[in-house]
Amino acid sequence: MSSTPNATSATAPAGNPETGTARVKRGMAEQLKGGVIMDVVTPEEAKIAEDAGAVAVMALERVPADIRKDGGVARMSDPDMIDGIIEAVSIPVMAKSRIGHFVEAQVLQSLGVDYIDESEVLTPADEVNHSDKWAFTTPFVCGATNLGEALRRIAEGAAMIRSKGEAGTGNVVEAVRHLRQIKGEIAKLRGCDNNELFAAAKELRAPYELVKEVAELGKLPVVLFSAGGVATPADAALMRQLGAEGVFVGSGIFKSGDPAKRAAAIVKATTFYDDPKVVADVSRNLGEAMVGINCDTLPEAERYANRGW
Amino acid sequence: MSTPTIGVLALQGDVREHLTALATADALARPVRRPEELDDLDGLVIPGGESTTMSKLAVVFGMLEPLRAFVGSGKPVYGTCAGMIMLADKLLDGRADQETLGGIDMIVRRNAFGRQNESFEAAVEMAGIGGGAVQGVFIRAPWVESTGAAVEVLASYGGHTVAVRQGNVLATSFHPELTGDHRVHAYFVDMVRGA
Repeated sequence: MSSTPNATSATAPAGNPETGTARVKRGMAEQLKGGVIMDVVTPEEAKIAEDAGAVAVMALERVPADIRKDGGVARMSDPDMIDGIIEAVSIPVMAKSRIGHFVEAQVLQSLGVDYIDESEVLTPADEVNHSDKWAFTTPFVCGATNLGEALRRIAEGAAMIRSKGEAGTGNVVEAVRHLRQIKGEIAKLRGCDNNELFAAAKELRAPYELVKEVAELGKLPVVLFSAGGVATPADAALMRQLGAEGVFVGSGIFKSGDPAKRAAAIVKATTFYDDPKVVADVSRNLGEAMVGINCDTLPEAERYANRGW
Repeated sequence: MSTPTIGVLALQGDVREHLTALATADALARPVRRPEELDDLDGLVIPGGESTTMSKLAVVFGMLEPLRAFVGSGKPVYGTCAGMIMLADKLLDGRADQETLGGIDMIVRRNAFGRQNESFEAAVEMAGIGGGAVQGVFIRAPWVESTGAAVEVLASYGGHTVAVRQGNVLATSFHPELTGDHRVHAYFVDMVRGA
């Protein structure tokens, strides 16, 4: 082709650029919709995830299944590890900070991660306050078990919500419970008249303006993904059919027998979530799924979903 | 053609926002994921999203060649962000195995404006769009490095080409679908009506 270079510094910008706006932060999550975000602990795993078609990776030191096994305090990852993962892939990289640990979040922002997950999977640093997420240019995703919790996180500046589920169990039951809870409460708000919305806001312990917005939209004002316990292509498709706009898969991929194959299968099932033939096809011969834990045998103290409020 | 039917490629990305914008601009909009769903479309939008994922899914589900044929047929196609990448004849900073559909004689650089922390919005003057500047939302956005002679540059920002048209193929680095201002979609719907 005959090329004309278009880059000229002579052209003045038509308007001054504004970074970190709500639209830019929420808009980033809109671009991830219909996709799978995968937990990875090494640059090699990040590459496998990108090869499989992940829309983003979540960089962390240990997957939730190992955090459960090892016990102790789970913290933000080593910056070297995060740098290595950012270096290894061209897709967005997310990383986790502890709940309320705004300094970990500041560090993650300075490393240039594309999204920060203020996550209950790590040990909370503050049992009263979550981080003020408006103070950051980097957008945040937060977990929620119900609508009130989701709206409180959005009020604090979260630009994306994921239903919590119970991370590191390979058991989808809590993810289903939390997503159904959120969707059910949204449906209930839809049926409220204006008089009832004030009481609803009080009951949800959420700002009235956000409650009103949800009642009008019939959805959250930010993207809603599902997380915590997705281990198979059918699990991912289930969460999509229940209304999740995409899925996070943590331990389910790299704690399975054939991570590359399973990762690619979950990506395909997430796109064709409403086509059982595709889900069946990609579910064949995937090897061992992660073993999994029955959530009702988990002691209260080991239930991550109870962290955050 | 009073109400054109326009598909939005729904393999991954901000499909719903495009469906809403197209409906507001008086088109019949519907998501498409399978080759046969392209058959009776008058036009197609390739949304924003993760271009490597979109490309991979297009290959795996046998959509790549049907989509190339659709672009080649002369029916109007519009791509935003990842969609612009998909419509580039040549791509820089993509994955080595990343396939594009082509359609516009241009070289596009993926993630050229930087990572999420550098993502921004700004007013952008766009040729063909009346009523003042559009609000450009640039998210890990690509830019156009160079264009062939047949390509019309519709907008630049910061010295970089961010909106182009070649024949019936339109592409923007930014996301009009995220703004609630549907003038760019109305422009595209007019292209479809005129095709």
